[in-house]
Amino acid sequence: MFNHKALDDTNKPELDNEQVVDESRRNLLRLSILGGMAAVATSKLAAAGDDDTVSTPIIYPVSPPVLAWQESIPEYVYRPKQPVGELSPPPQQDSNTGFGECGRDPIQRWEAFYGDDNHDTYELHVKEAMHVFNPAYPAQPIWGYDGVYPGPTFHAYYGRTVVTRVFNELPQDHVGYGSPEISMHLHNLHTPSESDGFPGDYFSPNKAGPTLLNPGSFKDHCYPNVYAGYDKSRESNPTAIGDPNEALGTLWYHDHTLDATGANVLKGMSGFYLLFDEIDSGNENDFDNPKALRLPSGDYDVPLMFQDMRFDANGLQFHDQMSPEGVLGDRTVVNGKIKPYFKVARRKYRLRLLNGGPTRFYEFYLVHNGIVKPFTYIANDGNLLEKPLMNQTKVGLGMAERGDIIVDFSAFALGSVIYLVNRMEQDDTRKPKGTKTPGEQVLKFIVDRNPAEPDNSRVLTASTFMRALPPIDLTQVEQRRTFKFERTNGVWVVNGKIFKVDNAVAKPKLGSAEIWTLRNDSGGWAHPVHIHFEEGRILKRNGVAPPIHERGRKDVYVLKPNETVEIFMRFRDFKGKYVMHCHNLAHEDHAMMVRWDIE
Amino acid sequence: MTITRRQVLSGMGVAAAGLIASPLIKPITQTSNKFNYANKTHGPDYFPNVTLTTHNNKQVKFYDDLIKDKFVVINMMYAQCSEGICPITAMNMRHVQKVLGKRVGRDIHMYSITLLPDFDTPKVLKSYAELHQVGPGWQFLTGKQADIDLIRRKLGFYDNDPKVDADITQHAGVVRIGHDAYDRWMMAPALGSPEQILQVIRHADRVSVKA
Repeated sequence: MFNHKALDDTNKPELDNEQVVDESRRNLLRLSILGGMAAVATSKLAAAGDDDTVSTPIIYPVSPPVLAWQESIPEYVYRPKQPVGELSPPPQQDSNTGFGECGRDPIQRWEAFYGDDNHDTYELHVKEAMHVFNPAYPAQPIWGYDGVYPGPTFHAYYGRTVVTRVFNELPQDHVGYGSPEISMHLHNLHTPSESDGFPGDYFSPNKAGPTLLNPGSFKDHCYPNVYAGYDKSRESNPTAIGDPNEALGTLWYHDHTLDATGANVLKGMSGFYLLFDEIDSGNENDFDNPKALRLPSGDYDVPLMFQDMRFDANGLQFHDQMSPEGVLGDRTVVNGKIKPYFKVARRKYRLRLLNGGPTRFYEFYLVHNGIVKPFTYIANDGNLLEKPLMNQTKVGLGMAERGDIIVDFSAFALGSVIYLVNRMEQDDTRKPKGTKTPGEQVLKFIVDRNPAEPDNSRVLTASTFMRALPPIDLTQVEQRRTFKFERTNGVWVVNGKIFKVDNAVAKPKLGSAEIWTLRNDSGGWAHPVHIHFEEGRILKRNGVAPPIHERGRKDVYVLKPNETVEIFMRFRDFKGKYVMHCHNLAHEDHAMMVRWDIE
Repeated sequence: MTITRRQVLSGMGVAAAGLIASPLIKPITQTSNKFNYANKTHGPDYFPNVTLTTHNNKQVKFYDDLIKDKFVVINMMYAQCSEGICPITAMNMRHVQKVLGKRVGRDIHMYSITLLPDFDTPKVLKSYAELHQVGPGWQFLTGKQADIDLIRRKLGFYDNDPKVDADITQHAGVVRIGHDAYDRWMMAPALGSPEQILQVIRHADRVSVKA
């Protein structure tokens, strides 16, 4: 079952010492798995009358050893997915149920966004395929967008509509964890509700979610790629596409199926969607455009997705469908690989770091010969800050948070090895414990060449102006709401309520602004709360101004134990149903979510 | 690779659920049989095959008689529960049973397992069932405390915090919904509306077209 090919002397791998467990322990673990985890301890109820007995948590298998630094991260993740010439049948405003589309709501403003040929169309085929996480583990089935994990990376441009036809080609007779019904969410595009991937909008050829009308084999999503503030901007300029200061940059798409998001994301359904405009133009040689930031582009603009997973004694992905709190992964999977390398040229790179969940928090450092190296931090949650943060040493990421950094590998000699290291420690799915050194090396950069062409990307300084922040106008605030994130009777709740897919708990008015207070009054849990649709601004974190990297626009608000965050929210341009939820996917699937509608 | 037991089970499950026979549903053309799912985590090796007693005083084996190849809807309760969890759950489950109609007992099986078997004898459970006017196909179950607790752990009706786990007044307000043949297990909050439980049942079920 194990691939020991790479273990021969000619190509001796660097063994991953910190994860090696001794044989007796492994055999014990294997036994307990064979016994169907029968070795779990009993609880107090099991021994009623015996006051000394307390329950102990379920013990999961430790992932077997891996072969470190044997495989590169795949190239396709930093190369754009190609559009198709035409979709057949062509996409349309109303769902094309006659040709097998699921029964969705009509796409808002279809004529405006699709009518003028200023669009690209894509097909995304969600299917089962084989995947290798690490050469020490066997190839195993995953569910991937286009059959790959991570999914292909979209490069999209503001002002040009993208229509994506998502085909559900998953095995409908699937056995095991994972829902063969899907709903794809693009986090956090300014998307009309019917294309947002609402949790109840899941579909398959056999089944329709509670908020869809009919099953179908595909669903068309319309991504207008306009800035928030579209309506307002059109009052003075008929060709405007919103407020450019609301631009998003690093987005990701993933499955959002009601009650099954955790399992479906684990199975491989997530990928990147990068969005460019005049300022962040995706071209480091864009000298004709005076607004262009000329950030590292092309093969030097690299998205990195981190997901925590666990594997059984056979090296197959492990999940516990029965667990009320999910399974904390003990392996950090980087763009689909465990402990991969990435060969870099001596020049600047843009790295877009995403915590793709499901349950682990990270704090990343760049370490060279045991020394932490600085980098430039340019974007939080995919949104450029006004000015770069120079000489940063760490990127902390809750689930679904993103951090874009510029790393200058020209500072290192040829042959240098730099590790991306996670120092955040976590023992269970409830909350991170704190940092420890030296931490776990998750990705190895090898500086293996001088750049073939000059590095024309801009040298950023503390005074480089990247993108203005939209003003916060508190006079627009029409409503204040408070949401408490709690736990009761074995489920996760918001304001004491479990998620109800057909009931909106808040109905902000189209065009209005509100202040939402998110509270975590418990010392026991951390909740990275994600609000769909529009970016918000943190007014206060625990009563004071947030840390500097959180002062831009955000869509994930990490609530550590006993934290309160006050957010300025706006609701512009589109109506419909959206959600707010904890992005710890175990919490989300156990009901820590609310529906809210723009009316 | 040889055909695994679960693949056989899968085929049987599909036929048993009437999927192929239903005129409303397109035949399944997307299959997973080319892959060997060695990591099935539930089944006879996972569920204890302990003996339980129904509210009609009948002895049953937990896995063989209640779980194997069946689509099940399970909650845990105790007759004296005064915290509101059990009475509300029973009311919601009763509504669920009414909506599912004749499928209950035929291809969907409902179980309520007591957390306090020393108090909840078959007789107590029978009067509890009568009080809540439960229909056929919904069984109340008791057994040995140690067996019950093992079942409780296996079904995920536990809390990782030992103090909370040991406090019966904080017991899980959830319903476990799953199908052994598909190795698909979901949960629904028990204390919301019956419709929330029904949505999860329709999601896990391969007969329902609309969840």
